[in-house]
Amino acid sequence: MIRVSQAVVRYPGASINALDGATFEALPGRLTAVVGPNGSGKSTAVRALIGQVALTGGSMRVGDTDVATADRRQLARTMSVVTQREEPAFPLSVRDYVMLGRYPHHGAWSALGPADAAAAEGAMQRTGALPLGDRRTDALSGGEWQRVRLARALAQGGEVLILDEPGTFLDMAHEMAAFELLDELAREGRTILLVSHQLNLVARFAAHIVVLHHGRVVAAGAPNDVMRGDVLEPVYEWPLVIARDPAVGAPFLVPLRRR
Amino acid sequence: MTRARWSLLFVALALAGVAGLTLGPVRIGLGGVLRALAGAGDIQTVGIVRDLRLARVVLAVITGAGLGMSGAALQGTLRNALAEPYLLGVSGGAAVGAVLAVVAGVSAPGALPLAAFAGAAGAVALVLLIARAARGRADPRVLLMAGVVVGAFANAAIMVLLAGAGEGTVRNALWWMMGSVSGADWRTIGWLSVYATAAGVALVAVARDVDLLALGEDAAAGLGVRVADATRRIFLLAALLAAITVAGAGLVGFVGLVVPALARALGARRAREVLLASAVVGAALVVGADVVARTVRAPAELPLGAVTAIVGVPFFLMRLRRTA
Repeated sequence: MIRVSQAVVRYPGASINALDGATFEALPGRLTAVVGPNGSGKSTAVRALIGQVALTGGSMRVGDTDVATADRRQLARTMSVVTQREEPAFPLSVRDYVMLGRYPHHGAWSALGPADAAAAEGAMQRTGALPLGDRRTDALSGGEWQRVRLARALAQGGEVLILDEPGTFLDMAHEMAAFELLDELAREGRTILLVSHQLNLVARFAAHIVVLHHGRVVAAGAPNDVMRGDVLEPVYEWPLVIARDPAVGAPFLVPLRRR
Repeated sequence: MTRARWSLLFVALALAGVAGLTLGPVRIGLGGVLRALAGAGDIQTVGIVRDLRLARVVLAVITGAGLGMSGAALQGTLRNALAEPYLLGVSGGAAVGAVLAVVAGVSAPGALPLAAFAGAAGAVALVLLIARAARGRADPRVLLMAGVVVGAFANAAIMVLLAGAGEGTVRNALWWMMGSVSGADWRTIGWLSVYATAAGVALVAVARDVDLLALGEDAAAGLGVRVADATRRIFLLAALLAAITVAGAGLVGFVGLVVPALARALGARRAREVLLASAVVGAALVVGADVVARTVRAPAELPLGAVTAIVGVPFFLMRLRRTA
């Protein structure tokens, strides 16, 4: 479980808060999505969770652990993160790369063993990355690389999974497959927190949507409560209508042309 | 990296070592070398083998292994194949220290290495302070830029110091700046090897952090690394290791840059493997370069740094062509 309470982040030299008293939670067993326009504080929230920016106020907890004072390596055993951008400076084999997800479970001198290899193997199996095992990370397509990254995060083995824009670079089929996998992982009891711009996909898969705007939560709830013109129009400052997804009846956002 | 390639590396190092012990103005066969190492044979041969040649070989091993490991750690952490210890102000600071000692005419034994080390350590501290003032965090790009700036400043300081110096002083300073293991003596080697080993082991201990930092800062943070602390720690260890080699052998260029690339070309992938392979490759390269430096134009000696650069540049160009 992730619980963010009154979180405030102000970057050095900035005149406004990147996060401005945001409060929301992501519960186990469901997919929670954080949406909002560019600069609304979504990625700042993720960076605060991984300790890359310090909170100037409020708190963030993962399970019983306060993120501000956590032993980062221990936290990385329960919380895996797929960040927006990531690229090995020097290419590795996919298998070696996925094994990096096991590092938080080891000290400097303890060797990675068969249990780690099995965890990596299982994670690659789940994301469909197993056939890529012997390829090099610099020889993958965008979609393959995203699947391999997800495998690395799964190999970490935590109950909490955070993803920042996981659908970027994926074609329609791979994107759907990724969301279906996340849905499945959530149903198994994991806490999944997803930062995304794909409102329509999020509306179909997420159980809980948090809308951030200027660092504040302006709406939170089930897709039907949040995917509304009167909620989203002022946030995105763009005219839109909400229709129904013909297949499953989920709310479906259509941005209108202004001319 | 395959076992066969590891064996190849150690064979290369052993061959370079044998060449270092047998070749020279006095040719001594392998049997003679072994007898001399055991302390048997005439006293002159024992002296040449043990105190001149073996000391040189050992100092070359420390220098090459240290620079190789330092470069390997920095390239991974700074996510940049062009990072090398000398870029981070280490060489400039060490040179200022040494030139100051030469210009001041200090001639006590061990004074030059000490001055060089102090200069390097001072420069590293300065780089860290600048980076801290600039961003408050250990941003790799800021560290690199701070290193380059401190290096430029050091170069200017050296020119000012040498501008009014006598010819002999300039020659001494220049010779030192081109690197050499000719001054190897067992006392210096003793303390250098202790510090180099400590720094090397410490780097191997943080190798996993290097692996994760090579993915990028946020990805490393998500995998449990305290990014700013880890970056600063690795930077400091790598810089100290380079400073230790500089104290022993002056500035031996290109080793820190080329050796990690060689280790990766041989198939080393994870940071620990790259670090260890770089230690062996670096040792073999510098021992071999020293043999070349003192035999090609014997009895005159070529500067060691020039030889390593002559070997290193073509290799680097080849790599560049393949990646471009």
